[in-house]
Amino acid sequence: MIRIANGQGFWGDWLEAPVRLVEQGPIDYLTLDYLAEVTMSILEKQRQRDPALGYARDFPPLVKRLAKQLRERGVRVVANAGGVNPVACAREVRRLAPELKVAVVLGDDIFPRIDEFLAKGFEMRNMDTGEPLSTVRDRLLSANLYLGAFPLAKALATGADVVISGRCADAALALAPMIQRFGWNETDWNLLAAGVAAGHVIECGPQSTGGNSQGDWMSIPDFANIGYPIVEAEPDGVCTITKHPGTGGRVTAGTVKEQLVYEIGDPCSYMTPDVIADFTSLQVTDLGGDRVRISGARGRERPEMLKASMNYSAGWKATGTLVYSWPQALEKARTADRIVRERLRQLHLEFDAIETEFLGVNACHGPAARTVEDPAEVQVRIGVRGRDQKAVDRFTRELIPLVLSGPPGATGYGEGRPPVREVVAYWPTLIPREGIEARVEVVE
Amino acid sequence: MKIPLARIAHCRSGDKGDIANIGVIAYDERHFPILLREVTAERVKQFFGERVKGRVERFVLPNLGALNFVLYEALGGGGTVSLRIDAQGKTYGAALLGMEIEVHDRELT
Repeated sequence: MIRIANGQGFWGDWLEAPVRLVEQGPIDYLTLDYLAEVTMSILEKQRQRDPALGYARDFPPLVKRLAKQLRERGVRVVANAGGVNPVACAREVRRLAPELKVAVVLGDDIFPRIDEFLAKGFEMRNMDTGEPLSTVRDRLLSANLYLGAFPLAKALATGADVVISGRCADAALALAPMIQRFGWNETDWNLLAAGVAAGHVIECGPQSTGGNSQGDWMSIPDFANIGYPIVEAEPDGVCTITKHPGTGGRVTAGTVKEQLVYEIGDPCSYMTPDVIADFTSLQVTDLGGDRVRISGARGRERPEMLKASMNYSAGWKATGTLVYSWPQALEKARTADRIVRERLRQLHLEFDAIETEFLGVNACHGPAARTVEDPAEVQVRIGVRGRDQKAVDRFTRELIPLVLSGPPGATGYGEGRPPVREVVAYWPTLIPREGIEARVEVVE
Repeated sequence: MKIPLARIAHCRSGDKGDIANIGVIAYDERHFPILLREVTAERVKQFFGERVKGRVERFVLPNLGALNFVLYEALGGGGTVSLRIDAQGKTYGAALLGMEIEVHDRELT
């Protein structure tokens, strides 16, 4: 049996979590998932400004903080902290923790090869909208394949203490140690599906141990000291989800099921680069004592195409808010919205989208919101998006004047006018597997 | 009688681009047939009204006593494009808990 923990559900997650996972009980592998869908484009911009950047900068100092204990306790790290520059990330880790052996997985970054792919006739259509990539080619900011677990397993086989990848399937981080330690093969579909299911359960960190859990949430103990998830994986694919004793949160069939259905489509076909897992085959058994067993996983042959995530520049946006209090809070907020829209029309400013929401009334749930009678206060939130940066910038000046010229009692404008942000949009697509080669390098 | 979905189920929701998904899980697996009967794709689409511009698909996970709903064009463009406060559909599951369903007393015992 091996213990695989996940200490980061995204870049920006709780900094103490990975340290506590190492210190508060036995684990064999510490995985860290840093890369959300739009993170890569942010990192690509950083690399363009400085060739030594483009990775998750929280990671090297974390490894330094943990280095001694990783060695003493025999814990190995698997992280997608490399972003668009895994080698630079590895060098920084080596600089801060020279006693550790570091291996990187390369080959996910296909940004330099896009024109080659287009010339080959790959249209790289957007999986959601069906549009061909040529419509946004000139605005493309980054392009990365989701690599599977086998290159990560190969990197572990070098004996590295720390394995760093760029973009890979989230569940691959946990699957890789199972492949390497148990000797699973590329056609062991059921075993790979078992590892993917367990990896999916822990990839969002404490979302499987009571965090963001709707079921009976008020009885979940000690959120402040929540234990991050640990998979106890067996060579036959049976996995037990747990957390260190004495930590906060809770692991039950309910918390695990909530995470199993999180951000999935067809549960019969959970697609990964390594296997198509059937989540309707899983048996979830609550063993009590914060232990939940997942067994029975079935998988099918891996897909022929690899998923790629690309990002492109899609204009500019800004959102600003004002707060109106009782009496007639909602009526005041609606009036403010009408004034802003009227003034934008008078300026002949055009946007791709204008959206108004009333926080405290219906912002989160829209028409599905419960009716609120006479609220004590309402925050009106107006946003615009468009290709003309100047128009968006002009919009940001149209909210605060209402404090003097609109309905009475506007407040909540203390942070000044809202910032204009570049919109980086997501372009999911599929690429044939042929000609894609992941490789492993040990960084000295 | 009518009860809110929250009486017998819990939910979690998330996003993939402009697509939201809501997992609906029976607290007690004996209540799963009620979910199957009452919480249909049509009702979920109707419940969210203009919030969900595209179609709603339902998938069944009998092994978990759960349903998965996939809501297309549901997030105002999704991710970084959306201007909404909940651009990632994090609260959609909570919204659905307020949907009223029809049950017989004996089904709840």
